[in-house]
Amino acid sequence: MIDLSINTSLVRNLLVRFVKTEITRAGYSRAVVNLSGGLDSAVSIVLAAEALGAQNVLAVRLPYKTSAPDSLEHAQMLIEQLDCPSVTIPITEMVDPLIDREPEMSQIRKGNIMARARMIVAYDQSEAFKGLVVGTGNKTEILLGYTTLFGDSACAINPIGDLYKTQLRQLARALDVPAVIIEKAPTADLWQGQTDEGELGFTYEEVDKLLYLLVDQRYSPQECVEAGFDEKFVRSVIERVRCNQYKRVMPPVAKISSRTVSYDFLYLRDWGT
Amino acid sequence: MRLNLALAQINTKLGNVEANLEKHLALAKEAHAQNADLLVFPELSLTGYVLQDLVPTVACRPLEDDPVFKPLLKASRDLDLVVGFVDEDARHRFYIAAAYLARGEVVHVHHKVHLPTYTIFDERRFLAAGNSFRAFDTRFGRAGILICEDFWHASSPYLLWLDGADILLMTSASPGRGVTDEHIGSSEWVETVHKAYAGLFTIFVAHANRVGFEDGLNFWGGATAYDPDGRLIAKGPYDEEAITYAELDLGQLRRTRARLPLLRDEQAGLVQRELKRILRND
Repeated sequence: MIDLSINTSLVRNLLVRFVKTEITRAGYSRAVVNLSGGLDSAVSIVLAAEALGAQNVLAVRLPYKTSAPDSLEHAQMLIEQLDCPSVTIPITEMVDPLIDREPEMSQIRKGNIMARARMIVAYDQSEAFKGLVVGTGNKTEILLGYTTLFGDSACAINPIGDLYKTQLRQLARALDVPAVIIEKAPTADLWQGQTDEGELGFTYEEVDKLLYLLVDQRYSPQECVEAGFDEKFVRSVIERVRCNQYKRVMPPVAKISSRTVSYDFLYLRDWGT
Repeated sequence: MRLNLALAQINTKLGNVEANLEKHLALAKEAHAQNADLLVFPELSLTGYVLQDLVPTVACRPLEDDPVFKPLLKASRDLDLVVGFVDEDARHRFYIAAAYLARGEVVHVHHKVHLPTYTIFDERRFLAAGNSFRAFDTRFGRAGILICEDFWHASSPYLLWLDGADILLMTSASPGRGVTDEHIGSSEWVETVHKAYAGLFTIFVAHANRVGFEDGLNFWGGATAYDPDGRLIAKGPYDEEAITYAELDLGQLRRTRARLPLLRDEQAGLVQRELKRILRND
């Protein structure tokens, strides 16, 4: 059975405690969230505000010249709803000199540059605001690798990384995220007209069900086909998950000594706290 | 006879034995002031759970002159204690352990037998496995201790039951998984199993579980105590630190078994014969 429903009050309570605990034990009491105007960052900032108090969460808006105007507006709706401090730092002047060096630069490269510029600003604001960067990557995009390495995936903690996109929609409703944000087509907003589902070639609803069977329920590819999924779709998703594993782990260190970080020097990040 | 049982569901500092010890002593004082006879702490309560390479640095020995056990043994003059720790034996093997302390003495030490190494668990990589289940005598009757994965093997409580245990003290650091139901999924699995053991073995079953987070793992608390009829007699809150008090009316053992003589009718000899046959064929 494919059941992606979640008990939203249980999840909300757990994730709020996670944010509060992990930020305070690291010696901080504040957070920074890059607010795109989309669903994922909306959920992250509401959780952070509930955990730390809205005045302790800095919303950062980072528009590029081609960003959809309603992205800024939707982010502003949340800032006003939460009554949290915010800054708006356009990234156009940061990224255009690099992009302009190569007129033929691909959209992928431009998108990656923008995502990494936003990461730079988030971490700069982290130091200025004395708050940790709270991540906005969901389980679907982490598994599919639909993210820019060292860009939008960079964060200190990620409260929503074990929730599929369709589960985040459920949580967003429970958190009173404005309906317009929940209902609009998900987009990385890296170029005009871009939508996640258009770029990926399938809907979140479809792929979440498949990922749930493959990952959570440990179905074999053949069992997924028997459950009604198209074989080509199953194969392509599995391959996508496999070839993006590098985005989910620390870079391998070449082992030459008797004790090496990440192989046999093993401690949780919460070591000592 | 009654046993005033206290179940401490605590958060711990990972690898900071000194800070955790301080919390144990403060809660022992608090539980004593509430007239508790026995205070049970969760698995690895003195060290934290995901220890990995911290194992050798947090290990101690349940001896009178050990700097960690000395104050705990002193506290056990006021009330009995079950504490969770890493036990280092004389040949430097490290075990997940729980010690029952009473009247200034170490009454019993259980080494966790079943060390999970699947999904989120990797205990066997860092720790040695115990190799026995033994019941032991307390001033409240005979008891047994099981640590987390131990109680997922039905043979563990069964052996303690046959060894005379009428009170099972379960300790764990159980990470929460599953968010579709009313409570965290793993809490419902554990509660179902403990209720079943209490009813099947006509014994008391009490459980103390960790709270707090270690990196992304969350521990859900929810202490419970069941009587020999399988009835819930005390329940702690989920997710927050608390001491849960339960009054165990030990006379219930007699009343239940007069009605339901499962212990009398158990055929341990048959089990032994069949196990021998099954193992021979293996």
